[in-house]
Amino acid sequence: MRVNGAERQAPGSARRLLSDYLRGDLGLTGTHVGCEHGVCGCCTVLLDGRAIRSCLMLAVQAEGHEVTTIESLSPEGAELHPVQRAFQECHGLQCGFCTPGFVMAICGLLAENPDPTQPEIEEGIAGNLCRCTGYASIRRAVRRAAELMQEPPPPASPGTPPTARGRVVQSPPPPASPGTPPTARGRVK
Amino acid sequence: MTTRWFGAPVQRVEDERLVRGRGRYTDDLDDGALHACFVRSPYAHARVRSIAVEAARRAPGVHAVYTAADLPFGDRDLPLLIPHPALTNGRTQRCLASDIVRYAGEAVAFVVAHDRYLAEDAGELIEVDYEPLPVVITPEAAAAARNLVHEDVPGNVAAELTQHVGDVDADLAGAPHTLSLRFRFERAAAQPMEARAVWARWDPGERRLLVYDSTQSPTSIRGGLAVLFGLPETSVEVVAPDVGGGFGPKIMLFYPDELLVPYAAMQLGRPVKWTEDRAEHFLAVNHERGQVHDVRVGFDGSGRVLALDVDFIHDAGAYTPYGIILPIITAAQTTGPYRVPSYRTRFRSLFTNATPTSPYRGAGRPHGCFVMERTLDAIAGELGLDRAEVRRRNFIQADEFPYDTGIAWQDGNRAVYDTGNYPALLDECLRLLGPRPAGEDVGMGLGVYVEGTGVGPYEGAHVQVLVSGKVVAATGIPSQGQGHATVLAQVVADVLGVDVADVHVRSGDTRRFQWGVGTFASRGAVTAGNAMHAAALKVADKAKRIASEQLEVDAQDLELAAGAVRVRGAPDRAVPLAAVAILSNPLRYAFGGGAEMATQFSSRARAGPPLADGEQPGLEASGFYSPAGSTWASGCHAAYVRVDPRTFRLEILRYVVVHDCGRVINPLLLEGQIQGGVAQGIGGAFYERLAYDDEGQLRNASLMEFLIPYATEVPDVVIGHLETPSPLNPLGVKGAGEAGVIPVGAVIASAVEDALGILVSQMPLSPQRLFELMQRSASSG
Repeated sequence: MRVNGAERQAPGSARRLLSDYLRGDLGLTGTHVGCEHGVCGCCTVLLDGRAIRSCLMLAVQAEGHEVTTIESLSPEGAELHPVQRAFQECHGLQCGFCTPGFVMAICGLLAENPDPTQPEIEEGIAGNLCRCTGYASIRRAVRRAAELMQEPPPPASPGTPPTARGRVVQSPPPPASPGTPPTARGRVK
Repeated sequence: MTTRWFGAPVQRVEDERLVRGRGRYTDDLDDGALHACFVRSPYAHARVRSIAVEAARRAPGVHAVYTAADLPFGDRDLPLLIPHPALTNGRTQRCLASDIVRYAGEAVAFVVAHDRYLAEDAGELIEVDYEPLPVVITPEAAAAARNLVHEDVPGNVAAELTQHVGDVDADLAGAPHTLSLRFRFERAAAQPMEARAVWARWDPGERRLLVYDSTQSPTSIRGGLAVLFGLPETSVEVVAPDVGGGFGPKIMLFYPDELLVPYAAMQLGRPVKWTEDRAEHFLAVNHERGQVHDVRVGFDGSGRVLALDVDFIHDAGAYTPYGIILPIITAAQTTGPYRVPSYRTRFRSLFTNATPTSPYRGAGRPHGCFVMERTLDAIAGELGLDRAEVRRRNFIQADEFPYDTGIAWQDGNRAVYDTGNYPALLDECLRLLGPRPAGEDVGMGLGVYVEGTGVGPYEGAHVQVLVSGKVVAATGIPSQGQGHATVLAQVVADVLGVDVADVHVRSGDTRRFQWGVGTFASRGAVTAGNAMHAAALKVADKAKRIASEQLEVDAQDLELAAGAVRVRGAPDRAVPLAAVAILSNPLRYAFGGGAEMATQFSSRARAGPPLADGEQPGLEASGFYSPAGSTWASGCHAAYVRVDPRTFRLEILRYVVVHDCGRVINPLLLEGQIQGGVAQGIGGAFYERLAYDDEGQLRNASLMEFLIPYATEVPDVVIGHLETPSPLNPLGVKGAGEAGVIPVGAVIASAVEDALGILVSQMPLSPQRLFELMQRSASSG
């Protein structure tokens, strides 16, 4: 099989899961294992470009196929892949454990449908569980990733003030809020 | 202090690594480790007659099989972490059960093999002969005590505590109106996406133990391992690397693996690793939420509460390693933001044959909030008053702080609210909620809460400016996704006048900072944040002392900004922080990197010894923050929901949170915490349920059947903020981690009740539950 473009020997043991093979044998620990029964989506990788659960597949079944993991999206030092960048910009992650699975699922989604509608986004990520974010920021990240993938490659550090390298997110303007108590900073998204 | 970074929506510094898949979670470590698995009891209550392990020991690839009899600490009870005088019958389990098992999933044997597959093969060869015993599974059955979980604990009562303020009996008797209500909460589980994992390596040459553990308290794990193995604390290092969510149960210690993995590594001379699978996570990791409350409330004709009497039972599970913290929190937080002139709270913590309970996000608070909010809704219904108006009439007012509830809090002090403005929260929340959407079957729900946050005893931090001018900082508390590396860097960057990207924060690694308590009770920003602030202030003072010698200017006339110490009003007269760091360490050898400026023949402004009296080398300092009492955050949630009258599917049309956690360090991260908390609250209110049968078997121990919400079930929450700074700490902050989850059950119940016209007094709900409630309501006319 090919994994991230390189030819790889299938494992000796036929019962070895693809997820265990990627993590344990190839050291590709960016693919995470959350449930081992195909519900959480943490182990999502691409098989011939389509998002699949690597915990529900034996490694030997991937023989003759192309497996793509999170590690291949942006090599160390390279710019982030648009989906990864969108997650960072939109605060689409907290603990980060589900993130590689979401990123791969969204790569699969956007490959099939580069400009998804809101319901299509919802449907497209409804196979992955996140216990931290409550999904709002992930929905925004999908939208943002779709935009980024249609833009030409960005200049380095867009929007960063020249003197500061820590990035401050542009916050939405506060709504007109008559009757707001003086101490409240109510903000409608 | 400047406020350049504090308060800004700074993008997280930890994300780049994580989005690339280059995080480092415990199971990502291997280093030639042997892999372990457990054999766990399939029975909820049974006597262990015998355990046969010989076949497993001979199985291929097996390095060791341990039962209690094989362990030098096998006959010792695990620590009771939080003793309390009212916990008269506290019990803890042993590392491996050898006599009686008291919940399905209790560990009986531990197998170490070449890999996990072989370990599990061998585990299946272990034969345990069990004699099943009668099972106590619900808190009501525990109270009835027809069977006992521990034969030496009469009535299954681990603890009983009654507290009161005012004369409840007299005030109830004199109240114009009274109601009697019962509320029931089932067990729930946190279910972080990363289950638990432990990796350990013993270095026999240096006699040092290194443990990676997905824990919320590495400092406590380290202390306990040193005691257990008779090692100096300084020879044990514990690291909580990236942790894939915690939400409470990872603060529990010791889970058996936390002792067995290091022990096996020491015995076998090889690194050993154990990674929990989801099925055992459901059984072996602590649960929460099971309580039953009987309430009597007395009130006047305007809806003002005169007296509240709450008697509740708490489902402790089979053991009480975490003491009675959960019911203590429930008791203290029930009255919430309301003035209740006389209040009595009695609880009994009862043993059941189920997984032990300890805090899960909210930690006893959702129950108290549900009880009070549902009670106020019932008062409104009884008197025909608006639900919001009843709340307004009972609120503690903004000029009544500090407000002493008179009830014991989880830190040993009384619960005394520091600041808040509850009427403003409610008004702003209703304003953001807006008008009721058109259509049938729509209900409005409302819930207001307070949250005691930032409990002690303390946290600490270390801040150091490197000779490169970059800053490294460390604290003992680990992160499970909260973004400590960002918010703590914001605090430090402001004090030292550097870019937040130049501050690298390490948390939860005893090699970098050995003191501290842990991440729980919404305390990170309050305790570690203020400790960071204290440490950074010391570093800033020292930088000014050193620079004042160089610049020959009084230290009081200096400021830290733009990566330098400079003269106020004359920014060109400055010493870069990098140079100050070099100068802080007098040298003999110019080993490079500008070190020559600190050597003995370079010019020096000050006479006397190279290191001034009382000064230490290095531009570094430690700081600590120990709160006198908790600081009290608060908030109001409101929602419109639609309930399909045929399928009882829940649709959340609008969900609003107005939250007050004092000064906000990073609104981006705060809103992430709230949105995520609400999602967990929605799961707990309508989808997630731990379904135990009468035999004590958890019938839905998989994510196929325990329904954590997907994106399709969670709306975008509308979030507003109110800031009443805490007077108790220099940063004015309060905690925010649990706020999102606390009132969600009360809000959903209130909205469903409003939509369907039925009485909702239990959590969780589900389509099936609503159908049953409708049937019951119809048949009772």
